Amino acid sequence: MREILALDGNAAVAHAMRQINPDVVAAYPITPQTSTVQTFSEFVANGLVKTEFITVESEHSAMSACIGAAAAGARVMTATSSAGLAFMWETLYIAASYRLPIVMLDVNRALSGPINIHCDHSDTMGAREAGWIQIFSENAQESYDNFIQAVRIAEHPDVLLPVMVMHDGFITSHAMERVELLTDEEVRNFVGEYKPAFPTLLDVHNPITYGPLDFYDYYFEHKRQQVEGMAHAQEVILEVAREYEKLSGRKYGLFEAYRLEDAEVAIVVLSSTAGTTKAVVDKLRAQGKKVGLLKPRVFRPFPAKELADALRHLKAVAVMDRSISFGAMHNAGPLYLEVLSAQRIYGGSMPVVDYIFGLGGRDIVPAQIESVYDDLFRILETGQVERLVTYLGVRE
Amino acid sequence: MGKMIEIRWHARGGQGAVTAGKLLAETALGAGFYFQAFPDYGAERMGAPIRAYTRLSDSPITLHSPVLEPDVVIVLDPTLLGVVDVTEGLKENGVLLINTTESPEEVRKRLNLEGKNIRIFTVDASSIAIQELGREITNTPMLGAFCVATGLLDLNKIVEQVRKDFGKKLRPDVVEANVRAIQRAAQEVKQG
Repeated sequence: MREILALDGNAAVAHAMRQINPDVVAAYPITPQTSTVQTFSEFVANGLVKTEFITVESEHSAMSACIGAAAAGARVMTATSSAGLAFMWETLYIAASYRLPIVMLDVNRALSGPINIHCDHSDTMGAREAGWIQIFSENAQESYDNFIQAVRIAEHPDVLLPVMVMHDGFITSHAMERVELLTDEEVRNFVGEYKPAFPTLLDVHNPITYGPLDFYDYYFEHKRQQVEGMAHAQEVILEVAREYEKLSGRKYGLFEAYRLEDAEVAIVVLSSTAGTTKAVVDKLRAQGKKVGLLKPRVFRPFPAKELADALRHLKAVAVMDRSISFGAMHNAGPLYLEVLSAQRIYGGSMPVVDYIFGLGGRDIVPAQIESVYDDLFRILETGQVERLVTYLGVRE
Repeated sequence: MGKMIEIRWHARGGQGAVTAGKLLAETALGAGFYFQAFPDYGAERMGAPIRAYTRLSDSPITLHSPVLEPDVVIVLDPTLLGVVDVTEGLKENGVLLINTTESPEEVRKRLNLEGKNIRIFTVDASSIAIQELGREITNTPMLGAFCVATGLLDLNKIVEQVRKDFGKKLRPDVVEANVRAIQRAAQEVKQG
């Protein structure tokens, strides 16, 4: 029977890992991720999974162990945050370029310095060119659902890329909510038995090499093939989501459009803040204001055309970024720059502005989100954009 | 329930506010409510003032921001009065539930709440905890007082949840001591 439990985001993902029962998990603790692998290690110790749990001395080693195990043909998972992800840097690229379907939870946390353990998206935004598929989750339920789907996406023969699933540090990772679990059997059947798409290191009858020297002779071709995997990912993500909806009744897409269809103005924002924005949308709608929300779920590959199509009818759009792309145009956030690029190619002439918010876990409250909608209506009235980038909730 | 109820907990690190918030959330789950329970993680250490939040609702909760205007404030440690502004943002006709030896009238005077539309409840949860548990851990008795003060959850359901949750980790006599503490606090809580 399916269970409904009171779980925080990290425990929800630990349960997803238990139900998936991966062959190998190699991980190193870091706040606010720690309780995920801690909970999972209890499942291992209690014999609930057959996983080989490898404790390592750093995140660089954690990802290296994952790569080795995955190249040997194992279904592999890990979890990290912030500086842990940064320490994996070199190996993130290696995992993607070896086309290893590793699945990782990243609990979004600011990067140092100054030292901060709280939520922003700098860690995974920094890793956005590493070749991983990136999926953001609004709450514990979504993180659980996304993690299970990630296995199928990563292992799909047309994709074969690692997937990172994100939820917000503390806000989601440590908030207990109502989470509906599938049964163990349902998850087991959904992910299926892992059959590596290519020969593995332990297959002595089909010797194969992973990661040899690859200079100007073939490196470029390998990178070109990596693009193909990413290009196929979008359709596979949707296909897996459709199948997951049939099983769970919960619908997932490339993004979620909330009261967007007849909206005049809208906010584009990731993760938990999208949830808070929904409450603001409901409030303003009750006052007769035509506001909407678009919450990207998949950030890599970025669904540029679909997103531009969904926004095209709007009269003004605000993107909210929980990170800064230092030195980029106007020092804007990465989500803003992606939305602008999408608009440039796929159309849409409305003004788009950016709000940097919530860095280092700075609270974001409904009144601030309401002020963003107010700003958008002011743009409609005056036809003027005063600032492209606004810092929301900073002292200056 | 009709609408969302927002609760803010004040305590010191190590007093069990987070556990109490989670127990409340699990009880709410059993009662068919949607809920959120989350602490306000700073750089706390044992003994430092902390806050935690619980939201209860009969429909899904999408808000993921801190509680700014609580319907209910619960203070686990009497020494926080005067140190932390426990009534900050407390809604009109809200509930203030405090662990203290003082009467609701004394608390009303001390916090300058005379003439304000706030329902004050007090219970000496520290004494109850020391007598029943042998330690000043006030989270479980305060849950008993919470049921009476707010009428939001059934006392028996909290008792059931404590037996279930604590039963996994604690000795049976400790579990039953917690149950007695909850029931005593429910009887001894005073309104003013």
